[in-house]
Amino acid sequence: MSSADLTSERDLPPEREASAKGDIAPGRDGPRDTGMDDASLHRWLARTWRTPAGIIGALSSVDHKVIARRYLITAFLFLCLGGLNAVAMRIQLSGPQRGLIGPDLYNQLFTMHGVTMMFLFAVPIVQATGIYLVPLMVGTRNIAFPRLNAFSYWVYVSGGLFAWVSFALSMAPDVGWFAYVPLSGPEYGPGKRADVWAQMITYTEVSSLAVAVATIVTVFKQRAPGMSLDKIPLYVWSLLVTSFVVVFAMPAVMITSTFLILDRLVGTHIFNPAEGGDALLFQHLFWFFGHPEVYIIFLPATGMVSAIIPAFARRPVFGHLGLVLSLIAVGFLSFGLWVHHMFATGLPKLGASVFTASSMMIAIPNGIQIFCWLATLWDGRPVIRTPLLFVLGFFFIFVIGGLTGVMLASVPLDLQVHDTYFVVAHFHYVLIGGAVFPLLGAAYFWFPKITGRMMSERLGRWHFWLALIGFNAAFFPMHIVGLWGMPRRVYTYPAELGWGNINLFISAGAVLFFLSFVLFAFNLVHSVLKGAPAGDNPWDAGTLEWATSSPPPSYNFARIPVVTNVEPLWAEREPLPVATGLRVDARELIISTVAEAHPDIREKSATPSIWPLLAAIAVGGTFLYSIFTPWAIVWGAAPIAVTLIGWFWPKGDPEDEE
Amino acid sequence: MKRFASIALATAIALFLHGCAGWQSALDPKGPAASELAWLIWFFTGLCAVVWVLVMIGLAAPLMMQSRERLEPLVLDAGADNRKLRVVMTAVGLTAVILVGLTLLSFFANRTLAAIGSDAALTIRVTGHQWWWEVRYEDATPSRILTTANEIHIPAGEPVRLLLTSTDVIHSFWVPSLSGKLDLIPGRMNVLDIKADKPGVYRGQCAEFCGAQHANMGTFIIAEPRAKFDAWWRDQLQPASAPMSDEAKAGKDLFLKRPCVMCHKIGGTPAGGTVAPDLTHVASRQTLAAGTLTMSRGNLAAWIADPQGVKPGSHMPVVDLSGDELNVIVAYLEGLK
Repeated sequence: MSSADLTSERDLPPEREASAKGDIAPGRDGPRDTGMDDASLHRWLARTWRTPAGIIGALSSVDHKVIARRYLITAFLFLCLGGLNAVAMRIQLSGPQRGLIGPDLYNQLFTMHGVTMMFLFAVPIVQATGIYLVPLMVGTRNIAFPRLNAFSYWVYVSGGLFAWVSFALSMAPDVGWFAYVPLSGPEYGPGKRADVWAQMITYTEVSSLAVAVATIVTVFKQRAPGMSLDKIPLYVWSLLVTSFVVVFAMPAVMITSTFLILDRLVGTHIFNPAEGGDALLFQHLFWFFGHPEVYIIFLPATGMVSAIIPAFARRPVFGHLGLVLSLIAVGFLSFGLWVHHMFATGLPKLGASVFTASSMMIAIPNGIQIFCWLATLWDGRPVIRTPLLFVLGFFFIFVIGGLTGVMLASVPLDLQVHDTYFVVAHFHYVLIGGAVFPLLGAAYFWFPKITGRMMSERLGRWHFWLALIGFNAAFFPMHIVGLWGMPRRVYTYPAELGWGNINLFISAGAVLFFLSFVLFAFNLVHSVLKGAPAGDNPWDAGTLEWATSSPPPSYNFARIPVVTNVEPLWAEREPLPVATGLRVDARELIISTVAEAHPDIREKSATPSIWPLLAAIAVGGTFLYSIFTPWAIVWGAAPIAVTLIGWFWPKGDPEDEE
Repeated sequence: MKRFASIALATAIALFLHGCAGWQSALDPKGPAASELAWLIWFFTGLCAVVWVLVMIGLAAPLMMQSRERLEPLVLDAGADNRKLRVVMTAVGLTAVILVGLTLLSFFANRTLAAIGSDAALTIRVTGHQWWWEVRYEDATPSRILTTANEIHIPAGEPVRLLLTSTDVIHSFWVPSLSGKLDLIPGRMNVLDIKADKPGVYRGQCAEFCGAQHANMGTFIIAEPRAKFDAWWRDQLQPASAPMSDEAKAGKDLFLKRPCVMCHKIGGTPAGGTVAPDLTHVASRQTLAAGTLTMSRGNLAAWIADPQGVKPGSHMPVVDLSGDELNVIVAYLEGLK
């Protein structure tokens, strides 16, 4: 604490302020929040942290909440598009030998469904929720690297447009979201479809990496004073672990897609067995990313569950440390099981068996999480509201998905069910049960914080039951039809095999499930316009995001809280102690130490800038152009360089501009 | 008369197929490997169902005590949770024990599967193509090596070794009622041993997405008593039967003049293409176009006249034929038993 330039009105003895002042503060000193009255403090901070007016101003915003709202809305739109894909496929499969959708369109549909759901919905929406909540939950005023954060959004949305415009032009990838070579290679994937896949994947993962880096730094360096590692909320832990998984997993898929585009565009033979390449290398690289990807989606969802259950069970979560260690264990283990996607490729039996063991092992930390949540509910007196309902739905569905995951981990058993509808059922149970249900619960839970209004509880309950019934009707029978021999990724099937009726039932369930999202969208719009005012803490929850107003002001907290407990709002019950000493005329943040979260130095957060948008356009244009010629990398370098120079151009000390 | 016969045959096959719903099912095993796997599937399913029910009971119990009131949150001191910790640790321990058990079970099942084909006398090389199966019966005597397509005849009750590879993209060979699947990968050779307990027809299908017509890449395993199988092999080794009628003779001449010969082989004729199925005994097969159509004169004509209508995107090109030309070619092919 020696170099701190801050005082906590509670923690720090007042005489330290004088001795510490001036030690680190760079340059000219401005007015500080110390001793300032509330009204003028709000006025100062609102002026300092506001997003500039006008369209250019809006496009320049670096406020994490503004960016996150855009992310959330965009990801939700992509969810709807991906869902429409699914409904179209289910209509085609509702009976044997239906002629509504031919193989060409069908193969684009399931590829776009997978790509959209994985890369344009699931990962972005969990990261966007993190972008919104993590700074609030750790008690800071903005995410680390706010311009990089803005850049990530523009990259993401243009990557999504890139994919969907290609779909509209009937040149969407049709090789599956996994795009195995040689099917996606130069010889068997003619046209530009696989190129679109390769470049779009590389490009959108840039945005995931950027968010991951910003999240890691926010959590490690910007926590409120006193929030030592053992007092970090579990949701923030889950995002931290997820971000590390992103940092190590995403490059693997970016390498895969880059190798693919090299094979296709430049004529390398990395995956060509005829020239000494190897088709299986693609699968190893892809699944080294693809399995952790599941946990990139699932871990933040467990964080949401860990946030919702205590709030409604009315007690702190049971086994906080155990849950943190489980999160970390899952993060590590998720890298050790990619081979269980490849049991049918004929790998050496002993090696495959090792992956059986490691795949089974990951069920242990997941089990610990489940048991700790159940123990939390056991001890509490649960208050059932829509967010908790969705968490209960999560248990109902996800446990089935987890258990069928144990089945898939068994090498011999996997040989019967791999690449059948059993697997389709399994991963939808895991991804929808494990991630989408918690996400929906989280939407009802944090909607008041984001909009200042409550969502309709009555519509919420209807939504929940419709979703639960629709989901299970759509996906449970898939286990059965998979065991009856129905392979996945088929656009039709012969009537003689007797799969017609069960598929009709599945399709009806899928439509029902889709309708539940229509109801959800209606509830969202209705509640934004007419929802009851929420107040700061409508659920009486314990973590820091509920300590500020709903919606939070641009600067998040008028005074930075000091944390003494995992649920500071429950532990204190009176106004929280605060740390003061930050300047109000500049975008100052407290940078704290990694382990103990002692305030270390004051640091300035970036000001709004249009350059991240321009840089994203330059990078996006380069990637788009590069599906046609490798020269795009050369010609694209110039605009990228210009935008990056603009972005990082030194403007002197921002204090002088104020 | 001939037409009548072919319709009757098609009807018979259709009825036969109808009677076999579930014949591509992993839960209806017809061989030792599939039986072992079906047992494993049922065991895992049963155990998982028990675990799921227990978790649901654990979830439902506290909900019975739910409150409609907003309660003051409970702030706990450390150490208050010791009893609950024991319960959770017991549950975690049980989970670990179950998982170790299931892992061991998988190992043993793997060993059982590996033992099935250790004494296989017959080796068949199956090569995946977009979107059909090339089937080559290996033999020490070169003249006895036999190449056919899409249907695999095996002797019932004997283990058979399949060597799996691909010439284009990755496919996966899967006949659920006999065995689990194994991929066909270009540049690699995988080994799958299968055994059918009893004579019968077992359907299989490509299980790895392989492009436009992945859905229509079916195959049939036809298990027959040994004597019948040997007789079948002998018959298949014969060159194609000579056309009998004038119509079929004209068909043969036309076939050899048209682009058909670029891709297809007919033993005993100059037609020697290898990129598409061998047609030497095409009419002896039960289906056309890799399990897509039942074999009949009408379906043969439909397939040749409009392959892109039957299997859109397939590599069989549309050959411009007049109605008469189509008729004579079909008459010829129909005689290739």
